[in-house]
Formats: sequence, structure tokens, C-alpha cells
Amino acid sequence: MTRGSGRRRIQLHHTRDGWLFVAPVLLILGLFLVLPVLMAAWVSVSDWHGNGSPFASGVGFVGLDNYRSILSGGGLAERDFGTSLRNNLYYVVLVVPLQTALALFLAVLVNQRALRARGFWRTAFYFPSVTSSVAITVLWLFLFSTTGAVNRLLSFVGIHGPNWFQDPDGLVHLLLGRLGVDSAPGALADHGAIGITWWDWLAGPSVAMTAFVAMAIFTTSGTFMLLFIAALRNIGEETDEAGLIDGANSWQRFRYLTLPQLRPTVFTVVTLGLIGTWQVFDQIYTGTQGGPAKTTLTPAYLSFSSAFNNQQWGQGAAIAFILFAIIVVLTLGQRWLLRERS
Amino acid sequence: MSPIRRPALAAALAGGLALAALAGCGGGSGFDSTASSSGAIKVLIGSSGDAETAAVKKAVAAWSKQTGKKASVSVANDLAQQLSQGFASGKPPDLFYVSTDQLAGYAGNGSLYAYGDKLSDTGDFYPNLVQAFTVDKKLYCAPKDFSTLQLVINTEMWQKAGLTDADVPTTWDQLDAVAKKLAASSGAKAGLTFSPEYARIGSFMAQAGGGMTNADQTEATVDSSANVTALDYVKKLLTDGAAAYSSTLGAGWGGEAFGKGLAAMTIEGNWLIGAMASDYPDVKYRVVALPAGPKGPGTLAFTNCWGIAAKSGHKSDTVKLVDYLTTAQQQIRFADEFGVIPSVKSAAEQWQQQQPGYAPFIAGADYAQNTPSTQGSADVVSDFNSQLETLAKSDPKTILASVQKSLAATMTQ
Repeated sequence: MTRGSGRRRIQLHHTRDGWLFVAPVLLILGLFLVLPVLMAAWVSVSDWHGNGSPFASGVGFVGLDNYRSILSGGGLAERDFGTSLRNNLYYVVLVVPLQTALALFLAVLVNQRALRARGFWRTAFYFPSVTSSVAITVLWLFLFSTTGAVNRLLSFVGIHGPNWFQDPDGLVHLLLGRLGVDSAPGALADHGAIGITWWDWLAGPSVAMTAFVAMAIFTTSGTFMLLFIAALRNIGEETDEAGLIDGANSWQRFRYLTLPQLRPTVFTVVTLGLIGTWQVFDQIYTGTQGGPAKTTLTPAYLSFSSAFNNQQWGQGAAIAFILFAIIVVLTLGQRWLLRERS
Repeated sequence: MSPIRRPALAAALAGGLALAALAGCGGGSGFDSTASSSGAIKVLIGSSGDAETAAVKKAVAAWSKQTGKKASVSVANDLAQQLSQGFASGKPPDLFYVSTDQLAGYAGNGSLYAYGDKLSDTGDFYPNLVQAFTVDKKLYCAPKDFSTLQLVINTEMWQKAGLTDADVPTTWDQLDAVAKKLAASSGAKAGLTFSPEYARIGSFMAQAGGGMTNADQTEATVDSSANVTALDYVKKLLTDGAAAYSSTLGAGWGGEAFGKGLAAMTIEGNWLIGAMASDYPDVKYRVVALPAGPKGPGTLAFTNCWGIAAKSGHKSDTVKLVDYLTTAQQQIRFADEFGVIPSVKSAAEQWQQQQPGYAPFIAGADYAQNTPSTQGSADVVSDFNSQLETLAKSDPKTILASVQKSLAATMTQ
């Protein structure tokens, strides 16, 4: 009896001390993460318009009105949200696979023992990641201006480069234009989803967005390269040597021995990539503010501008929550896709 | 891009809400009460540059000295965002710039103190400026100054193309003709340039007798036949080689394209004069009235006002400060220091005599149209701008119809 209660007392002490130790973290997380999230959740279902506390007596509950107006309102808010989703979707679809592939490629390259000055290359590839995204955006605006370095380079091979950050034409539309399809076939022009027609959904990323895609791949591949290098180091050389003895060529060894062992890292990289690309904000804010013709508008930027510039705080918060849902669903989806099949 | 971030909602909103969160959960009752009335009057401005900042600081300091009331001026990087943050946290600056497109939003959510009837004299303000800041028959804030659009001509290129004073365009056809001639023989890439936005192209709509709304801003009139005429004309300018958007020329705005010699003419406001003096001092130019359209002369007016926060603890003192800042004498000082047109008639007329170069801009005040300022209209205008970027390839009627739908929707709400 006495021994038992003594143990319980010790456990009690342990529990209390444990809580004491995590309390600062809990407090900080609660204050700066949980509380703002809950507030944003309330704002997204309220008619608060940015004056005073959202919990003041004059602020009313409007149910899902804010969500309705951006998902099915039929107005400008819906069209803007649809446009931003389309833009970001193409951005994600291009950036995530390309940056993952490039990061893996660079990691394998840098990890080769035959390579000289590996430290130098590692630093060189990683360097864009540590540079501020605002600085890189400004650099990009110069590189991709009408008379910028990129267009000069293109002119050497006889290509008249576009006016990158001012060109709202979608790549798919441009391609179709080459094939002689200039305007939408009736069925595509008359129907649509979230305020924009299927024809506009199919526009593809605009030329301006493509420049942002290139920038994202340039800056983030280095970060993910580091993750892949660490994973490659972990694998060790035994399996590779075993494959060599079995007569597998270098591609076969990479494809069937190395890559399967990198699965957890690929999952991490793709997840981080998805989250990062769906939340793209700083480049848009400093670079184009959504233009030209709203083709670089993204949900994160739209959320900011509806709240801060148009006092539509409810809609801004609602957009943020929809974005959150998209990211969660996509992450779960790719976890299922990359699961270990027995 | 940093791939590791907090969840979306936190990233987008935590900044703005953190302050409100603290106060909202901290017991609350003290939060909604008026901010304390001690301390200095805080003035927040969105400055066009060092000249404006220095001028406002000097004027406010002079008032402080005269009255013994403390006041401090700070410059916002992103005025709209900083103001919104201030209103949400319940501690806004006392006095700040408000643009016409932000007015309805701030007035609508109760952030602004409508002090028009407390001003000592509102009779001397230009009537259409007063109208621009009147919501529901209440004058919310005193017009600070204003600008209008007119036609700016590079005189060297003008002569090079063999044009004389008699060729200054007064009709749309003449504008088209001289622009084409300038494009062909002045050495510039384009005869005329302007940025792809309503804030320039809207002047053609005014000249055609159209506009975004009726005069009282109670009804959307975007799809009127006058506006179709205007956009058809602009489309023609863009497609027949007379004009090019500044963005097409690789410039950020019309003034940059004009200053760099990429275009021989541009449509800009009086802010251009300051920009030319500091960035392109060697370019010789003159300002003339925009040509008249089918319905006579037309231009757009842009203006800001001195907004006072409803939660300010210094309301009566701040109104006195506004009185001081909008006197004819002080406005002429501002005009001298950073090139804005005074918002009171007596000062504008007096200043015109000192600066004849500004005459066409000042004359524009008599017939200028206000830009839409109803709640939600800022969004509609930016949507309109995004569609105008592709005007050369689009059907003006389709653009106007979609903008009409959006603007009408904001007005019935």
C-alpha cells in the first residue's frame, strides 16, 4: 500500500514537473498559433470588417456566408478566388515535380565521390535558398524585364523574348493559338467552375507565372538537395555494391536500389514542396501584386488583399481556411500514394 | 520561398490578428473604449518621397509650435495595410491619408470620424472634391490636394516629326493622326503611351460622355454605349500603331516610358512634373489639355483626404490640425514643395499664377470626373484594369459587360 501510493506520488510529481517544463512552449504556441487560428476561424464566419476587436458586441455571426460568396457567390469575389486557385494549381503542378527531380539530381551529382570540390558545389547549389526571397524577386524582375539578361540571352539564339512579367497569356492558350485555336469552343466557354470558364481553367500558367515557377525551382531545389544528400549518406554503399556484383547498370541501381530507399525523403520533400507552393506569397507581394491580368494572383495573396486592402476580413479568413483544407487533403493524398505497398 | 511555414491561415492572418487576439482575450472591456487622450497626435502618411515627407513634417511641427500640442509624423511603407492593422488593434493613428477607393471601406466599418461639419470652412474646397469624400451625405474628411490627367508632349520629338503648335490635338481623330506621325518619324517607339488601367483610359470614357457610374455613384453605368465608343477608340489607338501601353514598352508607368524617350506623348497627372525634374531633367516637354471626345473635354481627378480615426483620443485637436493643413497659405507651401494642386480654389488660382506649367492640370478640375469610391469598387476597378491589359485582343463590349456585372453587384449589396 505505502509503496504503491509513494510511486503514485512520484508519478504525480513527474506529471506536474512535465507540465511545468512544457508550459512555456504551450503558452507561446497557444498565444501565437492556436489563438490566432481560432480567431481567424471566428472571423471567417463573422461579419467583422476590421474595426476594433472581432469579439466586440457589434460583430455578428453570419454562418457560411463568407465561404459561400467566394465559392458560389457569382460575383467578383468568386471569380477572383477561382482565378487564384487556377494560377496556384499550375504553379504547384509545375514547381513540385520539377524541384523534387532537380533536387534529387543535384544531390546524386554532389554525392558522387568522383566529383571534385564537392563542398563548393554543395554551397553553390544551396546558396539561393539562404538568400532572402525578396532580394531574389527583385533580381528576377531585372533578369526578366523586356531588355533584361534573359531576353538578351534568348536573342542570341534568334528568339524574341516576351515581356515576361507583363505578359498575361497562358502557355496552353499560346500553344493552342499556334495550332489555330484562338477562341474557346462553345462548351468550354459557357460552363465553368468557381466563377471562371473551363476555357480559362485550361489557360495554363501565364508567361509571368512561368518566371515565378523558374524562380521557385531555382531557390528551393538547394534546400531539398540537402535533405536528399543526408538520405543518400544514410543508405550506405553496401546495397549499391551488391547491385554492382549482380550486374546492374548504374541507372538500374539508382532506380531499383537507391530510389525505393529514398521514399521517406521523397515524401518529406513533396510535402514541404506542396505546402510551400500553395502558400506562395512574398514573391507575389513584392513582384507583381497579382498582375498582369490577375494571372499571378494566388489564394495567399488574395487572402491578404481582401482583408487588408478591401476590409473583407471574413472572406480573407475564409480563403485561408480553404487553402488550409486543400493543403491537408493533398498531403493526405500523396501520403496514400507513396505508402509502402506490401 | 521558405518551404517550412506555419499553416496557411496563421501565415496570412496571424500578423494582423495577434494584437487583436491579445486584447480580445485579455478581459476586453477596456479594449473598445477610446484610446487614451494623453500623448502626441500621431500622423501617418503614404509619402511620394522625401520632399513630401519633409514638407508635412515641417507643417505639423509649425502647428505644434503654434499651439503647444505635440504631434509626430511617420511614413507608412504600405499605408492600407498599416491602417487596417491600426483599426483592427483599436490603436489607429489619429490622422492619416485616405484615398477615394479606400474611403467607403473605412467609413463603412466605422473606422473614420466624419468631421466635415467641424471644419471651420469648407466653402472654398472644389465641389467635386467634397463630393468625392461624402458618403451618405456626410463629409468624412477634408480633401488634401488633387491631381488631374492631361496630355504631355515631348517638344523635341514633336519638332523632329515636323509638327507645330497648330498641330496640338484637340479631337480624337487629330490625336490618332499626330500619334501615328510621331511613332513614324520622331524616333520614339510609340507616339502615345499610358499604363493599362482605368485610371488613364477612364479619361477617354469621360470624353465620350461615359463613366463607371452615374454622377451620384448610385448606379453602375459601365456598359453604356459611350464607354463602348471610348474603348473602341483606345483599342484602335493600340492596334493601328498610334499608341502602346507603357508595360508593352517595358516601363512601369507612362512617365517612365515618356522620360526614357520610348514614347513621344503620354497621359499623366501633375505628379509627372516632379518625377521629370528628378529623374529625367533633360527631357523638354509641355502639358496640354487632353483632346475633346465626342462629348467634349474630359479627364479624371484623383484626390486624397486627411482622415481622422473614430477611435482617436484627440479628435478636436486633430480637426484643428486639419484646419491648419488645409488653409490656402499652407496648401501653397505644399504645392511649392512637392507639386500637388491645392484643394481650395483660392490657393489653386493663386498658385497657377506662380506656376503656369500646371495650368492645364488645374483647369481640369472644372470638368474632371471622380473615380468610383463606393464600397467594393476598388476590387472592381482592379479587375477592370486586369481586363484592359488585353484590350488590344479583346472585345470592349465583353469587358464592359463583365465589369458592369461586378460593379452593379457591389452597389446593390
